[in-house]
Amino acid sequence: MRKRIARRYRSERRFRWVGFAAIATSVGFLAFLLITMMGNGLAGFVETRIAVAVDFPKSSLFLDPAALTGAGAQAALATADIEGAVAEAAIAQYGPDGADLVSEAAWLRVRDAIADDPDMLQGRKSFSLPVSGDLDLAAKGDAPPPVEARFAKLKADGSISRGFNLGFLTGSDATDPAAVGIWGAFKGSLLTMIVTIVLAFPIGVFSALYLEEYAPRNRWTDLIEVSINNLAAVPSIIFGLLGLAVFLNFMHLPRSAPIVGGLTLALMTMPVIVIAGRNAIKSVPPSVRDAALGVGASPVQVVFHHVLPLALPGILTGTIIGMARALGETAPLLMIGMRAFIATPPGGISEPATVLPVQIFLWSDEVSHGFIEKTSAAIIVLLVFLLAMNGLAIYLRNKFERTW
Amino acid sequence: MPGFALLFLLIGLGLIAWLSARARAVMLGKGAGPRLHSVPAYHGWYVALWALVPALVFLAIWQFVAPGLVTDTVLSSPAAASLPADAMGRSAILEEARALASGELAGAFNPQSETLVPAFASASRFYGWTGTALALLLAFAGGAFGWTRLKRDFRARNKVERVVMIVLLIASLIAILTTLGIVLSLLFESLRFFSRVSPLEFLFGLTWSPQTAIRADQAGSSGAFGAVPLFWGTIFIGAIIAMIVAIPLGLMSAIYLTQYAHKTARRWLKPMLEMLAGIPTVVYGYFAALTLAPWVRSLGVALGIPSSSESALAAGLVMGVMIIPFVSSMADDSIAAVPQSMRDGSLALGATTSETIRKVLVPAALPGVVGGVLLAVSRAIGETMIVVMAAGLAANLTANPFDSVTTVTAQIVQLLTGDQEFDSPKTLAAFALGLVLFLITLLLNVAALRVVKKYREAYE
Repeated sequence: MRKRIARRYRSERRFRWVGFAAIATSVGFLAFLLITMMGNGLAGFVETRIAVAVDFPKSSLFLDPAALTGAGAQAALATADIEGAVAEAAIAQYGPDGADLVSEAAWLRVRDAIADDPDMLQGRKSFSLPVSGDLDLAAKGDAPPPVEARFAKLKADGSISRGFNLGFLTGSDATDPAAVGIWGAFKGSLLTMIVTIVLAFPIGVFSALYLEEYAPRNRWTDLIEVSINNLAAVPSIIFGLLGLAVFLNFMHLPRSAPIVGGLTLALMTMPVIVIAGRNAIKSVPPSVRDAALGVGASPVQVVFHHVLPLALPGILTGTIIGMARALGETAPLLMIGMRAFIATPPGGISEPATVLPVQIFLWSDEVSHGFIEKTSAAIIVLLVFLLAMNGLAIYLRNKFERTW
Repeated sequence: MPGFALLFLLIGLGLIAWLSARARAVMLGKGAGPRLHSVPAYHGWYVALWALVPALVFLAIWQFVAPGLVTDTVLSSPAAASLPADAMGRSAILEEARALASGELAGAFNPQSETLVPAFASASRFYGWTGTALALLLAFAGGAFGWTRLKRDFRARNKVERVVMIVLLIASLIAILTTLGIVLSLLFESLRFFSRVSPLEFLFGLTWSPQTAIRADQAGSSGAFGAVPLFWGTIFIGAIIAMIVAIPLGLMSAIYLTQYAHKTARRWLKPMLEMLAGIPTVVYGYFAALTLAPWVRSLGVALGIPSSSESALAAGLVMGVMIIPFVSSMADDSIAAVPQSMRDGSLALGATTSETIRKVLVPAALPGVVGGVLLAVSRAIGETMIVVMAAGLAANLTANPFDSVTTVTAQIVQLLTGDQEFDSPKTLAAFALGLVLFLITLLLNVAALRVVKKYREAYE
């Protein structure tokens, strides 16, 4: 008997331990994933720079400082071969392979510097320019030996410096991993999210109000409810197919534009908002409605003056969670063509754009080794935003949650 | 007039209508006699709605009508007499001229379109101003009509509230429209696909190689659209490997959190578990492809099993982790719904906590758990990015988890992201796959909801 009790207690402990192991595994996986991304990605925020001195008067660059003031400055800069001048200077300074040491997009910085201060064209000026992808990998100890040796030599000469990669936050997609940035994709995400929330929030809140407060119990209402519950469970890629068939092929909206992405994601987010909204509205006690009706408010006044303000924090929490999901969504946007190589940030909701998760997907497909850290760095940015949104939702819930 | 300026002008007019109608209602309400039926603000809303809604509806229709009118005018102008007769060439030139006139293009590709630019510019200017004038006229006419109806006993509130109700109803109808849109677009494109490829071959064929369909003169130019390997891959990854990970981990996590964990531990562990569901799938996919897949491959090689760099196991494992919070929250809910009396009865008979859980709580909660698992399967088979990035595109019919398999969702992405003309069987096949996916997830969801509902009723 005592033996049996001991055995039962042992199995009790074992069961408890298995339960703990299960949750520890799950949380451990989360930690492992985040640490891996951090480990890969933090290097993406650091850039390696090389000092290049450009002697403008002696270079092949025929640019008159006078032409760079006033009108026509843009055109003058656009036609000048600054890229060639930078390559020339790098070759003069570092030997025949000099032009390959600086990043493909490095001359853009020189151009911007000239635009800011045309007088520098009269003299010699030293720039700290981002290095090419290979050399950048060497700086992080991840390149073939010859490149490593070249890097070590440059470093010994004191021409290498390191710094925070501001270009990663302000730039757009590029072919050279050292020159890529996420601003273009971020702006695309921002525009898409604006379209999504402008459409999904009012529609979602209105349907929730209608279904919860006014809808008569009949077949139509049942149909609406069934549709909403099903839409919430439809795989996201199906919404992409819908967007492709309806918005692109039927309505001929511009391909890979934030407006199409926003429309598609709005259809996907709307059911989430409706369901969260209905729960929030349901939790407002009937006594509030009865009291308002009792002092003579009309049904519409009851809802818009009393029920909706009380339910709003709950609705907002649901909306933020739905928006966070939409922000991380990739598959439907691939369907509507938001996977193009876009090297300039979109100017409006009808211009070609890409979004953060799709940019991550595109970079993850690149063969070049330098894209690994950039992909992980972009993932870090995306996760930071998602965490901030979810944190805001939790804060709202804790601050405004009322038990009646 | 540019669209935004017109919109602002209209909104300004609406504001003026609101303010003046409210002032008018205040005036009406003064003096002796019966009170105003509605408060002045409702009179304001009534007139503002009359001023805005017809004008905005007209503008929306005008957006679709105007381009056709502009083109007609240009075609009837003398400059258009020399246009080519065939519809294709003509519309290309017209499109270019339109882009030139609106400033979207800087230079013309076809010199003929240059000659049309003045006609286009004048026609679009003419119709632009006509639209603006008509919209403003409608706004004034509507506002004036609303204004004439303001009276002391006018039931403005009821009218405005009726508009509000119509808006609410329209908003909730959008859900039905979306469902209808999904079903119709999938059905329509699938029917076009099935008119070229027999449904039987699609559903039961064992070879999937849509790529051969690109060139007509190739051998096997019709392509092979047997989708069984895709269905198998989807089930293998989503319903077998992922569930082997997710069900035990999710269920045990839920049990530990609800039955054993200390309150503070629960407060920290639960959000962390839920964070797993909040991580974007593209991140999981990247993790599976970059970190997990090489490990899985070397494990497979070490075991002497043929392995490829993209494997069903890597994708399935990560997908299972993604599904854990889903299973665990469903299990959590259904365990919490088991009546306390059953728990107390078991404990009172001398059962240990784990015996109560295993012999009473879990069996009692089983329908809820099963429903949750069905929902989890439906989510796993609809998941796209993880399989696109980690499972590969080779349509293998294999039970070897170290081999590369492909899924329905991965193939949809693959089929639709090339530069394909839209009505080749290859792109249409994506919609047929989408239809199958939609129907299966729908079926799983309905079944899951039914199981859960039945179980809820049993305890109420």
